[in-house]
Formats: sequence, C-alpha cells, structure tokens
Amino acid sequence: MTDTELNGAPLKRTPLNARHRASGARMVPFGGWDMPVEYTGVTAEHMAVRQGVGLFDVSHMGQLEIAGKGALAAVQHVSCNDASRLHVGQAQYSALTRPDGTLVDDILVYRLASSHFMLVVNASNIDKDRRWIAEQIVGLDAALVDASSRYALIAVQGPRALEILQPLTGVDLGSMAYYWFGHGEVAGARATISRTGYTGEDGFEVFVPPAQADQVWLALMAAGREAGVLACGLAARDTLRLEAGMRLYGNDMDDTTTVLEAGLGWIVGWDKPTFLGRDQIHAQRAAGVGRKLVGFEMTERAIARHGHAVMAGDAAVGVVTSGTQTPFLKKAIGMAYVPVSSAKAGSEIEIDIRNRRARARVVPMPFYKRGV
Amino acid sequence: MYPSDVQYTKDHEWIRVTGSTAEVGITDYAQKALGDVVYVDLPEVGRVVAAGQAFGTIESVKAVSELFAPMSGTITEVNAALTDHPEAVNANPHDTWLIRVAVSDPSETAGLLDSAQYEALVRE
Repeated sequence: MTDTELNGAPLKRTPLNARHRASGARMVPFGGWDMPVEYTGVTAEHMAVRQGVGLFDVSHMGQLEIAGKGALAAVQHVSCNDASRLHVGQAQYSALTRPDGTLVDDILVYRLASSHFMLVVNASNIDKDRRWIAEQIVGLDAALVDASSRYALIAVQGPRALEILQPLTGVDLGSMAYYWFGHGEVAGARATISRTGYTGEDGFEVFVPPAQADQVWLALMAAGREAGVLACGLAARDTLRLEAGMRLYGNDMDDTTTVLEAGLGWIVGWDKPTFLGRDQIHAQRAAGVGRKLVGFEMTERAIARHGHAVMAGDAAVGVVTSGTQTPFLKKAIGMAYVPVSSAKAGSEIEIDIRNRRARARVVPMPFYKRGV
Repeated sequence: MYPSDVQYTKDHEWIRVTGSTAEVGITDYAQKALGDVVYVDLPEVGRVVAAGQAFGTIESVKAVSELFAPMSGTITEVNAALTDHPEAVNANPHDTWLIRVAVSDPSETAGLLDSAQYEALVRE
C-alpha cells in the first residue's frame, strides 16, 4: 500500500490517525482517507461488538448542515424519507434520491432544531452530496454548510456500550430511545450522542470536537477495559453491518439502483406530496421492480464475493454486491441483485465463483438480529 | 523468524522437502497480509501440479488468494483438519501444512529462496 491513492491526492486523516498508528492498527486507503482496517483482527473485533463492546473511529463520515426558514422544505425535497415526522432530538435513516429514483447516497438525518438539520453522509460522497444538494435547493430559504471538519465521530457499539459510556457523561443514556440523540459532555468534551450505529447492536455514536477526539477515545478505552473493549477497524465494521443486513453505498446500491430495488421502500415517505424521485418511485412501486437486492446464504462450502455473477443456466442474471464468511454466524452470506422471480426467501440461486458454480439460498435479512 | 529448514517462493509459500516428499504451507507474512483465514480450498489427492501452478485458494474474511505450487509433483495428501479449523493457518503458519506432494523433480529446489533471501524479500 502507498500513502496516496491512484489519483495522487494525499489521503485525509481523521483526528485519531496518530492514535491508530501508535496502537499498531493496520492502515489502508478508504474513500480518500487513511483508515484503520484492523487492530487485533477482524474476528476478535467482530465478536467484541457482538458480545461486549467495540470502538470505531468513523470521523471520516461527513456532516452537512442545513439551516434556515426553508431548511425542512430543503431536506424534504432532497431526501426520500419524511423528515417532517422528526422531533427535535430525533434522527432517521434516509437517502438522497435522484429524479429517476436511484441513490446519490444513503444518509442519517438529525433534527438539531426545528429549522436546523444535520445529514451524516458517506465519506467518499461528501463533496458529491454537497454539490448535489446545493444545486437542488436553489431558491429555498436554506443555507447548506459542510461541517465535517467540526466533528470527530466515535461509535461505541455492543451490548455493553451503555455501561462504559454512561459513567463518562451526564446525558441520561438509559432513557434515550433508538434513533434519538442528546447533547452534553463526554470525558470533558462537548458532545452530541445518538443511539445509532452500523453494527446491528445497541450502541451510540458520539460527535466531539476534533481537538478532543483523542482524550475521548482514551477515556472510552479506559472505561471499557473491564468489559474487554476493543478498538475496531473497517473490516469488522463491514462484517458487522453485513450480518445486520445493512446496505453499503457503493457496494449494494448506487446511482444505478433504485430505492425500491435496494429494498429500501421502508425509508420512503409515501405520503410526501413531493421530493426528488417521488414520481418514479411511485411508478415503480405500482409496476413492480424487475430485480431486487436479497440476502443469501451459501448452501455448499464456498464464499461468494462482491462482483460474482448470479447465474441461470449460462446467463448472468444478477450480481453479488457483498459477501464473506462472517465471524459470528460462521456462515458464508451475502447480498445480491436477482430477478424478482428468484427473490423470494427459499429460492435456490447459483453463483459463479471463479468459474465454478456454487449453490446458495435466498434468506430473509437481517441475517443476525440482536437479542436472539 | 523464518525457519531455515524450509524453502520459500516469492508468492509466500514455504516447502519442506524430505527425500522425495514435501509439505507446503503459507508464510507468516502471507497469513498476516490475509488476516483471519476462514476457508482453504484444496485439490483432490492424486492431482498433478507443476511448479508455479495454482493448486487451490485460501480465503480470509476480506480477501481471496491463490495458492501456487513451489515444486512440481503429485498431491498425496491434503490437510483435512483445515476444513473445520482454517484459523490454524493464522496461529501457526509455519507448522500448518496445506498439502503433501510427491515431488517429481528435486532439482527445482534451486529456484527457491532460503530463509535469509525470503526475509530480505518481505522486508522490502
């Protein structure tokens, strides 16, 4: 690996970069960032999050803020979920949709105040999203700011997340419901804490000023020592989100797949009178989709990976978008676009793995659900 | 750190030749680069492989890597324990053989690296 990506642009570093390097993490380029992929190993980190607690530096994620009298109208216009249903202090999963119903990005929308929203966007899409939104909200009385550099973001994930985070903050975490957030301090740093995550476990994401990211990270590692906290890298983040059936933008969906094909009808505000892509999404719901993103489980010993073809006879009829052997379930699982005729749970599909056919079965997602 | 009783390839396999038979595995460097190994796909016994030819694949959570035969020969045994415990490759890479081979041309060892040469290779 080199320090720069192919285009020669220097990699960006999160405020915790020196901490990762000092901790011996293996670093890789990811979406223009120099990020830790592994500390102790993906299996150990994955299991720590399923059974105890893990810490992730997700400061590479972007924060776009929209404020002003027309802020709600602007957010409603560019995102498919219904942001008017958010109370102040509440967040929702949503997507930036294009007029054809495909995705610019998948996002979290936080309602900071009645006319002030924060969109948390994927790292590699920050500039694209900012430009896209700016073009779309011209004429609406709303200001758009890329606030990404104002936040470091630490995810504390796992069944023991509350137990290690609570002693470091005055915010009452026990009474915070899933997808709500509050403001306060964490280990002496001003913080916004949300009960959100990308692992399928209970947990929190903590927004802090970059200058205090390291002190918060160290405080969390110390607070979690007895619970066996592990620092976790991108590899575990990916296996955890896959087991939880959470899509990854750029792998499982992008600007060539529609919200409905990606199985995200549940984040569409069907009653919204207008938003980008509304007409196409309603039309596609009425007509039905031709292909669908499904979860699958290999039924013979083989691991399907991103890019492998789903076959019917000699024809490629679909494609695997994510796939690996996951540490907790200890199964080879994945997601793939398949024709609707093969999308029902229980359908048998064939995947071309390096010129060898392997059988898999369509199964409902998520693969893993906590508390089972 | 790399045992001197075996020889190495530039593709990060090791081979321990004893008379006309040999054991083949992957190096510590290779297992570290792969990360947690979850699946080793090995050929059937009796298959003939040529030096440099792919004989199987090894998969970690993140990646797939081909396995290349350090020397030509006939596969006499595959390590069946790896089916249930592929992680042994991470734990003890230099003591965990993947295949046993009846080598057909002992002179091929001349094209392999010794431990000092291999160490120099991976330090680059």
